[in-house]
Amino acid sequence: MSDQGARDRHEQARRDEIDEARREFLRNIAAASVVSLGGGMMLYSMGGEAQAKKPGEPLDPKKRWGMLIDTSKCTSGCDKCVEACKKENGWEAEPGSETDVQWIRKVDVKDPLTGFMASLPVMCQHCANPPCVDVCPTGASMRREDGIVRVNMHTCIGCRYCMMACPYKARSFVHEDIPEEKKRFHAPMGKGCVTSCDFCAHRIDVGRIPACAEACPEGAMLFGDMNDPNSELRKRLKEIRSYQIRADLGTDNGIRYTRLP
Amino acid sequence: MRAFGRAAPAILAACAGLVLATSVAQAGDIVPKIPIDRTKGDCVLPGDQMRREHMNILMHRRDDTMFKGIRGGKASLSACLTCHMVKDEKTGKPVTVASPKHFCRVCHDFAAVKVDCWSCHKSVPEETDTQAALPGGMGSKQSKFAQLLEYVQGGRK
Repeated sequence: MSDQGARDRHEQARRDEIDEARREFLRNIAAASVVSLGGGMMLYSMGGEAQAKKPGEPLDPKKRWGMLIDTSKCTSGCDKCVEACKKENGWEAEPGSETDVQWIRKVDVKDPLTGFMASLPVMCQHCANPPCVDVCPTGASMRREDGIVRVNMHTCIGCRYCMMACPYKARSFVHEDIPEEKKRFHAPMGKGCVTSCDFCAHRIDVGRIPACAEACPEGAMLFGDMNDPNSELRKRLKEIRSYQIRADLGTDNGIRYTRLP
Repeated sequence: MRAFGRAAPAILAACAGLVLATSVAQAGDIVPKIPIDRTKGDCVLPGDQMRREHMNILMHRRDDTMFKGIRGGKASLSACLTCHMVKDEKTGKPVTVASPKHFCRVCHDFAAVKVDCWSCHKSVPEETDTQAALPGGMGSKQSKFAQLLEYVQGGRK
């Protein structure tokens, strides 16, 4: 054992030596081309969104992620956001199925009195006062400090209280085993757990925007920080009258819509 | 009684021989060897510590990711799967947990411990643009650059 340890240490020392030599060589090249490296560094540091979080850092509790959906740009029949979500998060839903997993859906609504119609994507509304979190017996239904409401599937026991409590029908139960090839690395889900839209937390954590917002061809979904007065979202919210679905429930949704019947 | 008295030294000798034989065979010979790609650097902890501690590290990391949104880095599940990946000899693709060659199963089959991780989690690293974006929070081109920068500035220890 000790022999093996000594060999390992020797091997490590040798590797370190080689690494140091390589670094020295690379540093020399870098010194010779300061301009191009400087340009590269610039790109690196400015590439993400200004408000982006680095992957290894904890989230910022001062933020509250939200979204403004411009329903005037959203056309009935277009389901690019739904398709993008399916692809990103690895769920499928047969049309009309009441048991399949569904993170986001398109809903056409009509005011029966005036005939005014709108088509809108409906997903988890990421409430500030989420009823799903109130009823969860294990604490698995949770609200992250940056406003993302999601299920901690490690502690979810599949009781489905949250599905009953959610006024937006945003949660679904996974009834069947998900085969390996359909699983997504960044959106694990499995039989016996409740699952729902998590605002693509895995993307937000590395400074990207949710898949639905990225996929919308009309740019109707504006994602951003609702607590930052300088964010694009807040500026837009200041300009336009926006509504929360069932605002009367007092859940204070993170998703807002521009026009609702 | 007298028969036992005569046989006793022989039994003792046999026992001593057995003890000697087992002490010569070290733990490393019995415990399965976990496949690891050392070119990607060392593991989070040395092997014998990992054997005892890996579940605690995973659990701690799980909560960090769940509640604080901490992702990527050495202790991430993605890093485990990448360094410990075993490729199938025929297809050349990484083996899933369905294969006994999968690094988790190599040990867990031996220890007869069943884990639930893979009923939800994917057991092979997935090459997505999200993953490529991890080191720098950007596309793969910049992330390669970021890796290079990190390497030049003193390594990923």
